[in-house]
Parts: sequence; C-alpha cells; structure tokens
Amino acid sequence: MNKNHFAAIALFLLLITIIISCQKFEPAAPAEDSILDGPVENLTSAQNLQHLAGDVGFNDQVFTAATGLGPVFVATSCGSCHAGDGKGHPFTTLTRFGKNDSLGRNEFDHGPQLQERAIPGYAPEKLPEGTSFAKFMPPINTGLGFIELVSEDDILAMAVGNVNNPDGVRGHPNWALLPTYIKIRPNSKNQGNRYITRFGKKASTYNLLHQTILAYNQDMGIASSFDPSDVFTLLDTDPEISDKIIRDLVFYLQTLKTPIQRDQHNSDVIRGKDLFVQIGCESCHKQTLKTGVSPVLALDNKNFHPYTDLLVHDMGPGLDDGYTEGSAKTSEWRTAPLWGLGLAPKSQGGQFFLLHDGRARSIDEAIRMHGGEALVIKNRYNALQENEKQKVIKFLNSL
Amino acid sequence: MIFIAVSAQAQIDTTLLRRTPADTSKRKMNMDAIYSRPTLQAGKFPVSLGGYVEANYQHLGTDGISEGHQFQFRRLTLFVSSTISSRIKFLSEIEFEPADKEISIEFAAVDVEFHPLFNLRGGMIVNPIGAFNQNHDGPKWEFTDRPISTEKMLPATWSNAGFGVYGKYYQNKWLFGYELYLTSGFDNTIIENEFNRTYLPAAKANTERFEESNNGEPLITGKVAVKNTGIGELGLSYMGGIYNKYQDDGLRLDDKRRVDVFAVDMNTSIKRTGTTFIGEYAWIFVNVPQTYSQQFGNKQHGGFLDIVQPILKNNLLGWRNAVLNLACRLEYVDYNVGRFKETGGNIGDEIWSVMPAVSFRPNPQTVFRLNYRIQKQRDIFANPAINTAGFSFGISTYF
Ligand code: HEC
Ligand code: HEC
Repeated sequence: MNKNHFAAIALFLLLITIIISCQKFEPAAPAEDSILDGPVENLTSAQNLQHLAGDVGFNDQVFTAATGLGPVFVATSCGSCHAGDGKGHPFTTLTRFGKNDSLGRNEFDHGPQLQERAIPGYAPEKLPEGTSFAKFMPPINTGLGFIELVSEDDILAMAVGNVNNPDGVRGHPNWALLPTYIKIRPNSKNQGNRYITRFGKKASTYNLLHQTILAYNQDMGIASSFDPSDVFTLLDTDPEISDKIIRDLVFYLQTLKTPIQRDQHNSDVIRGKDLFVQIGCESCHKQTLKTGVSPVLALDNKNFHPYTDLLVHDMGPGLDDGYTEGSAKTSEWRTAPLWGLGLAPKSQGGQFFLLHDGRARSIDEAIRMHGGEALVIKNRYNALQENEKQKVIKFLNSL
Repeated sequence: MIFIAVSAQAQIDTTLLRRTPADTSKRKMNMDAIYSRPTLQAGKFPVSLGGYVEANYQHLGTDGISEGHQFQFRRLTLFVSSTISSRIKFLSEIEFEPADKEISIEFAAVDVEFHPLFNLRGGMIVNPIGAFNQNHDGPKWEFTDRPISTEKMLPATWSNAGFGVYGKYYQNKWLFGYELYLTSGFDNTIIENEFNRTYLPAAKANTERFEESNNGEPLITGKVAVKNTGIGELGLSYMGGIYNKYQDDGLRLDDKRRVDVFAVDMNTSIKRTGTTFIGEYAWIFVNVPQTYSQQFGNKQHGGFLDIVQPILKNNLLGWRNAVLNLACRLEYVDYNVGRFKETGGNIGDEIWSVMPAVSFRPNPQTVFRLNYRIQKQRDIFANPAINTAGFSFGISTYF
C-alpha cells in the first residue's frame, strides 16, 4: 500500500464517521413547551397512524380549483389559517354578516359567511351594504379533544354557579340548531330542537365534526357528503373530499395535545396567577375542566387547564358587533381559552392579534377591552399597581 | 462547431471508441453548454453519445425531526447528438428520474447554421432564462442539490416545444451571444397549485404543452450575454407571455394574464487565486387576479452565488490532475414579495441557505462532493423560521 491508498482509506473512514454522527449536525427539536402542534401522549400505533393521516389533511392538503376550491373561498387549506395549530392573522380572518332568525337562517342567501376571494374567472362575494358583521380571528387549535369531552352537565353547572355572582358575571351555554349530519350524543341536553354547542368564538358548533364540515364548506368551498351544498350556486354538488379524510382529520383534532405551561415556578408567574384568581378572572376563565370517557387513553377522564368555561358572556357594547349565532346575542362571546396565549406571536407573525377579531394588539389591551359582565373584574385589574399588572401578564404569557 | 471538428478528426482516428473531452475552449459561453459536453463516438459513426449520472446520500433534519439516511438516485441523463450534414446538427438530452418514474426529453433540437451570428434552432428547447436552466449538468457543480431559486422558483429544467434563432460574435477577448425563442409556455397551475404559493415549476407537470399550448399564446425567451475571456461572462435574460387560459372554444373565461421573468447571471474567476464565482438572480412578476388570494404572490425574486476555491491541484490518490475544492453556496428566495392588504405588514414566505462544501474532482468530468446545508425558511406570516440542516454526499460524472 502506498501513501495514496492510506489517504483514500482515511477519507473513507472520515466520511463514515460523519455519516454515523449525522444527526448531531442537524437542528435540535424546539422545546416541547414552545410548540403547539403534536399528538397527546400514549397513542397506540393505530391511533398514531390516524393522527398522521389527519395531519396531512389539515396541514398539507391544499385545495385548488381542480380539486374543488371555491369557486368562492377564504383560504386554500386548514393549515393556511391555523399555522402550526396556532392562532391566525388578519389575512386569514373570516367575516360573518347578517341576522340569523330563530330557525338559524340568515337574512341573506349567501350569509352568514363572506367568501371574499374567488378562483380566477369568478367574482368573490361582497359584504351587503349597511349590514352588520363580525370578524373572526382563527383561534388556537389545541387540546380540542379535551374540550369536546367536557360533559354538558359540567357546562350547565358552571352557568348555574354564576347565578348569584356578586361581580355580575353570568353566562350561558349557546343553544343552537344542528345540521342533520350531526349525530347527537346520548343524553345530550336540549331545549326543543336546540342543543348545547361549544366550539367557535360564539360557541356555535356542537363538535369537531360540525366545525370541520363548516370549515370545508364555508372557508374553502369544499362540498362533502355531510354538507354537499356548493357555496357559489347554493345547490348540492358532488363531494370534493372523502369521508375517510374527514374522519382522520377529526381524529387529528381530537388528539392534539394541550399547550404546556412555561416558567410555572417563576415567582412572578406564581404571583400573577394568584392575582388572576383573586381579582376574579377565573369566574369565566376556568382553570380546570375535566373530560369524560374516551377510548383514547390520554383523553379518558382527565383534568386539563384551558382557562375557559365554554359559556358565552355579554362583553358589553365595545365588543358588540351586531352579529348573532345560535342563542348567543350580539354582545356575547365564548370565554376565550387562555392556554397557549404566550405562544400566539409565534403563529401571528411575531405580534398579538387578540379577542374574537384580533383587534387587541397586546394582552393588556385585550383585558382592557373587557366590558359587560367582566366590567367589575376588569376594573379590578385596572386598579392593580403597574408591577402587579405585569405579573398577571407574565402569568398569561406563560400559558 | 465542435461537432464538425469532431467528425473531421474521426476520419483519421483508428481506435473504435474515442472520447471527445468536453470542449473547454474559451470561445464557449453558457449558451453553448448543451453542446460542449464530453461524448463518446464510435469510429466513423456520425453519432456521438454521452450522458451523466447523479447519485447521493443525504441526512437532513428539520427542527429535530431527521429524515434519517436517504440514498438517492437522482437522475441519469443521456445525450445523443449527430451532425446530419454540414451545418445541420441534432442534439437530444433524455433524462431518467426514477423517483418521479419519469423519462423525459429535456432537449431535442435541430440546429441549422447559416452564419455564426445567425442559426436556427427548432424542436424541444431549453428556455435560456438565467444560466442554470441551460447549464444544469450535475458534474459541473460542487453541490448535490440544484439551487433553490432555479428549481423551486424558476422551473429548471424548463423546456418547451418551439423554435428560434441564436448567434455569437467574437473579437479578440470579447464574445457576444444572443438567443431568441418562441415556445409554448406556462398555464394556470403557476397560481393554482398545491404548493400554496406562486410556483412556476408547477407548469412542468403539464406535458400537454409539448403538443398543444394551453392558450395559444407564445412564451418569448430572449437572452444576451457578453464574455471577456479574461474576466468572465454576464448574461441578461427575459422570459414572458400570457400564462392563463383566458378563452376556450371562443368563449372568454378570464382576462389575459402575464408572467414575466428577468434574470441576471454571471461567472468570473480571480486568476491569481483560482477562485470562481458563479451566480444568478431572477425576478418574477405574475398578474394574479386581485380577487384571488395573496397566498399566491405577484412578485418573487431569488438567486444563488457559488464560490469555488481549488486548494489542491495535484496527483491525488493516483489521479493525475485531480483537484480538491472548497466551496460555498449562498441562496435566497422570497416567494411572495409584497405587503398584506389587511395589515400593510410584510408577507414572508422566504428561504435562506448557506452550504459549505468540499469537492473532489479526480478529473474534470467527475465530481465527489460533500455538502453541509444550513437552511432557514419562514412561512407567509414571517413566523419564526423552520431550520433544516444536514450533510449530503454525492457523486456525479459524465460518461
Ligand atoms: C379562512 C381561515 C380558516 C380556515 C381555512 C379554517 N379555519 Fe378553522 N377557524 C377559523 C376561524 C376564524 C375560527 C373561529 C370560527 C368561529 O368562531 O366560528 C376557526 C375555528 C376552528 C375550530 C374551533 C376551535 C375552537 O377553539 O373552538 C376548529 C376545530 C377549526 N377551526 C378547525 C379547522 C379545520 C379542521 C379546518 C380545515 C377543514 C379549518 N379549521 C379551516 C379559520 C379557519
Ligand atoms: C365575564 C367573563 C370574563 C371575565 C370575568 C374575564 N374574561 Fe377574559 N375573556 C372573556 C371573553 C368572553 C373573551 C373573548 C372575547 C372576544 O373574543 O372578543 C375573553 C378574552 C380574554 C383574553 C384574550 C384571549 C384571546 O385569545 O384573544 C384575555 C387575555 C383575557 N380574556 C384575560 C382576562 C383577564 C386577565 C381577566 C381578569 C382581569 C379576564 N379575562 C376576565 C370573558 C371574561
């Protein structure tokens, strides 16, 4: 062997070493508590497979005119609006308009949701002149399976618990009409043909299937076997998405993990949390709820911490956009879950767009815009010393 | 021109198979790349054969999720060329990409030479936008991957049915070249695709363009280049036309919408150090309907710069004239230049990459290359970047 062969062998060995240690040269995973996306723990492999299939439907399936988009639409995929399962951006904000009657019908044929974009060659919808409307900022999509499993008894109990609230907090579940494709849970409470709904900013959808079918149809113009109506002609058309993808996607939503709190042991965070409870924020933003029975181990009979009561509350004239859904009046909004709040800027382009339409540009501003049933408690927040306010905010940022 | 020389030599050559090395004469510009390749010729047979092959090993990871060991056979490309009679020659390039189960004719054109300043070319041609599209052979580059801007923004390798003229003029150290072609072109998929962004390469999937233009409008591609044999080459190119199907069966479907692409390319080397710089930058303007979505941008730009520094030129590992290079590629693409209508904020959708490399060339036709990619990509809202990094090792050689 000559020098050259040694060199060749050395080079080869060097290459092998690099290859074996490859992963060390790759970017580390971001801390688990810094991202929202990801499944709950301990899924079986079959459940992992279904979660992954749903993930593809949610994040990767981009619709085009050829695959059914529109013709009028708001966005091209679920992931476009719910990037990384986080909150949205004014670019992906929905507009809903018009009055809904007692039968759930909107006064306009093409209401309530505006499809303000259109595939080439089509004209998008325009907001009817003079009508009231509300904008909806896409919410965080985490821990949804937990929220879906909160019992209606618990929701009703939270409403009942407020009856004599000295601060004036009330709140009620949204009782809404359901589309025929919804399979009603056994023992579901009803008021006539109205049922307790819980998802969305006005808590107007019954479960994650309901929310998903609406999103396909109204946000993207995708007809399904569940709701075959076309957003443009309003006539029934062929399904543009398979039932299987819808089922997988709903399972994906159900098995998304809950946000993990950061800096829990920081003394400011602990103090901020105490203040949050003391001044009464928890009357609405309930720290702990519990799930019922679920075949998914991680969801089965668990306590979790969403900071919501799933009730709608009168938030005063400032947040009254003159738009109703179900039995939620124009000024009534579902208590926004506060989990994951500190991670909002990571999906909102480094900024905060809070409250139902993103009008609040900071946590402090969101709190100061509370009114109505939250007025007394908001005033207590306003009366806090500046450094105490900072602690409350620091706590909220840790969620 | 070189083919005429080659066949002239063939008259006196006695060995059956003869290797014609790549023509490296200083009279060659980027536009000559397709003809200045090493080929193999059998005796007096007027047909030359050649080709190249590219295979890689890659280990990349994104934010803690590793792809693991990936073995890739990227492509095998065959060239067949012949001088049909004096001043008429033919060249074809056929590419096999097993991953896409694709056998495609990349180039197949007949050239008729009237005068160095005026030649006709017709058939399947490679549009001369930038330099990479024409000069894309794997063995010419120190990197296993094609530049992002040329493959994911511009559609390398982009070829079309069409015809045109080209020519060259030289005096002393100066060369001037031009090319002008009319070809079939793009279609609606550049703004209606599952990549969820304006994406010119999406039009490559439409192979019908070789038979029938989607809208009956020509794509015009033109390029001028100057070269000083002592300094380097500078090219300016343009490609543009109406991309959308604005009518069918005589019925109007949409407005006529244009896509226009401008590119600058250059290469130069520093004599004293042997350092070579190869770069290209392109700007894309697309008429996207106002009522469509800003998800699909109307402006893009991006490019790359390769810096290659030979550090050893010697008899290495038994190969005479082997060269060891250090190299680095800098890349950037902004897929969506502009501001959101809703906020006035910058639209993200950008990618950066830095790729240091070591390459070893036992001979000019063969390259072994080891690259380390560091890449950052931001989504449309300019949320925190997704990081990708890792090694790739590859071999590419002409045969
Ligand atoms: C145009 C943007 C947009 C698209 C596309 C979109 N969403 Fe949403 N999503 C929203 C908005 C806005 C809301 C709040 C709606 C409401 O309050 O009724 C929402 C609410 C939700 C909720 C309820 C969350 C909660 O806390 O109550 C779920 C679940 C959801 N979306 C899932 C999906 C799925 C699944 C898809 C795709 C099939 C999808 N979204 C597509 C904007 C979007
Ligand atoms: C009466 C019930 C109620 C009380 C009391 C209340 N909130 Fe809220 N909170 C809401 C509702 C309802 C919303 C959603 C309003 C909307 O979407 O426009 C909300 C939204 C928020 C948000 C914005 C969340 C987001 O994702 O956009 C923050 C932050 C918040 N509340 C903090 C507090 C704090 C801190 C307190 C105590 C000072 C408090 N809230 C007291 C009902 C209440």
